[in-house]
Amino acid sequence: MELVELTIDGQEVRVEKGTTVLDAARSIGISIPTLCHYHGIDAIGACRLCLVDTGGRNLAASCVTVAEDGMEVKTNTPKVREARRTVLELILSAHPDDCLKCVRNRNCELQTLAENMGIREFTYEGEKPQFKQDDDNPAVIRDSEKCILCRRCVAVCQDVQTTRILFPQNRGFDTVVAPDRLAPLGETACIFCGQCINVCPVGAIVEKSYIADVWAALSDPEKHVVVQTAPATRISLGEEMGMIPGSIVTGQMVTALRRLGFDRIFDTNFAADLTIMEEGSELIHRINNDGPLPLITSCSPGWIKFCEHHYHDLLKNLSTCKSPQQMFGALAKTYYAEKMGIDPADIVVVSVMPCTAKKFEMMRPEMDDSDFQDVDYVLTTRELGRMLREAGIDFSALPVEDYDEPLGISTGAGEIFGATGGVMEAALRTAYELLTGEELPGLDFQAVRGLEGIKEAEVKVGDLTLRVAVAHSLGKSRQLLEKVRSGEKEYHFIEIMTCPGGCIGGGGQPIPTTDEIRKKRLAAVYTEDKNMPLRKSHDNPGVQKLYEEFLKKPLSDRSHRLLHTSYRERGKFE
Amino acid sequence: MVTKVVEKFRTMKTPLLSILKELQKDQGYLTEEVLKEVAKELGLSPARVYGVATFYSLFSVTPKGKYIIRVCESAPCYINGTMNILEMLQDELKVDVGETTLDGLFTLELTSCLGVCGVAPAIMVNEEVYGNLDREKLSHLLSRCRGM
Repeated sequence: MELVELTIDGQEVRVEKGTTVLDAARSIGISIPTLCHYHGIDAIGACRLCLVDTGGRNLAASCVTVAEDGMEVKTNTPKVREARRTVLELILSAHPDDCLKCVRNRNCELQTLAENMGIREFTYEGEKPQFKQDDDNPAVIRDSEKCILCRRCVAVCQDVQTTRILFPQNRGFDTVVAPDRLAPLGETACIFCGQCINVCPVGAIVEKSYIADVWAALSDPEKHVVVQTAPATRISLGEEMGMIPGSIVTGQMVTALRRLGFDRIFDTNFAADLTIMEEGSELIHRINNDGPLPLITSCSPGWIKFCEHHYHDLLKNLSTCKSPQQMFGALAKTYYAEKMGIDPADIVVVSVMPCTAKKFEMMRPEMDDSDFQDVDYVLTTRELGRMLREAGIDFSALPVEDYDEPLGISTGAGEIFGATGGVMEAALRTAYELLTGEELPGLDFQAVRGLEGIKEAEVKVGDLTLRVAVAHSLGKSRQLLEKVRSGEKEYHFIEIMTCPGGCIGGGGQPIPTTDEIRKKRLAAVYTEDKNMPLRKSHDNPGVQKLYEEFLKKPLSDRSHRLLHTSYRERGKFE
Repeated sequence: MVTKVVEKFRTMKTPLLSILKELQKDQGYLTEEVLKEVAKELGLSPARVYGVATFYSLFSVTPKGKYIIRVCESAPCYINGTMNILEMLQDELKVDVGETTLDGLFTLELTSCLGVCGVAPAIMVNEEVYGNLDREKLSHLLSRCRGM
């Protein structure tokens, strides 16, 4: 490793050759403001907030200036401070000053910078661009008047997810980050993953909120309101409520939901275990009946829409299993309604999800196998946080309570659905035992864990060597799928997760979500798995009972009617 | 046609601008179909191609008149009467800047310096530059365009 040595504000620092001045400064605790820069996805030097003095004629944008031997950098001189302030004031001059009613109030990078730089008045009264909100879809709202044109969403959409929907259009004051021909997102191949929301420094892209609908349902005495919580919300809601990343708050979340007034607190992890029973059986069936293989997972709704737009030839490879959220919805309004003697018309199913694509999924017209819309409202982790704050629930002081039966019983295998590689690992735990009839020697499949973009493993299951692969983020998934398409790689089973890190990094998770935070959330998921008394889906007594009483067996007629679905071809661009 | 033009420039490092410039000659603007086809041929996202087409003022994604009149708004022309020229044109053609006349003959636009400050005020009609303009010269020019 070649090193360079430079001084920043008088401190000597040695960094690897190629390191930016920004990263070199941060490595010794010198904070430089940034807006357009986003670690790992974007460094374009566009916003000019990270200006520093490198002794040259002009100040340099530190996010794109490479550290050189002998460089003398100053980050805190009157000239630097003045330049940064002017840059920020110009950005503010085109930004609405309506922080009080903005959903990102108190979690906005622009607001924080204005505070840190001591902005006490607006020096420039600038032209404020006027754009119509784009809210004509179930999941994502674009509010271009708040956009500061940092282009982080463009980088994540074009390069990380390769969905390639957003790009700057027009020029000057008319510049707007938008889809082709300024079309509304709902008319494009946008998959509603919400990764653009997570990187937006301001409130220009946000989730469509269903908080008001949920409050209304909760206060309606005629309604029986049940809630399901996704695996990745119990390890991130604490963060949303001000705790450190990786805090596990399962029991507090259950208590909080009960105090909000939900009639039953159920668990998507139950449906995740059920998914393993159905999908594991589907895998075994396909292996024994000549395919089609590879079987590809279907729990990530962003990936499903992406596949429908771009990979028509792989639609037959998708598992026909609905996602756990939708399996839960279909069962809540049939099995559970029947068991409790409640008219399904009076049941409202609310989901708490780390995801914005789930909002689109719940509205898919085919998701009505209970003869009602199976899931009524999806709240993101962030939205649940907002409801708890509004209700004045002191999260840190809450006691720990348990989920309700029967749809709240779960195993560690259901929990790891929240992590990239988790569905694969859960499936392997069950498939191994179902196929061999023997107990699995070790439960942890390390090869499919972690933040590596594409992971592969070979697992001996009796006489069969099962070849599996895992990808997360659609950019990485595209790379993997192209190899499968060309025949370069052959697998039995592939797990695809839309978001980097899997659901723990979903578009509905607390902001910010960085790789460092993803790692902490992943560790929490595996801790939660280890803490569970049962860690294999087929051991879930609630699921066993469901088959006994209602579904009979995996892939039964009733399973097919309620728990499986089909896919359609969509255009490449809309 | 799009395929042919794309092939002509494909080996360039960044062929998009040359391709769009060539394709615009056909109809005077870039149609939705043309832009989508260019994106497909080059493996770029349609959003990116549209973004480029709407960034450069010499590209248009909406139909333009047969004659595009660009009025220079740089300082020397401005001092010598750009605003008079512009008002005259707006009155005469009954359009605002950026608009096209109903008969499809004229589009009125502003432009930065044409490099002929010595003959300010100046305008450009399609590829031709006209300077030292006054009311008489201007109406003569419009008449000629109208074939009168």
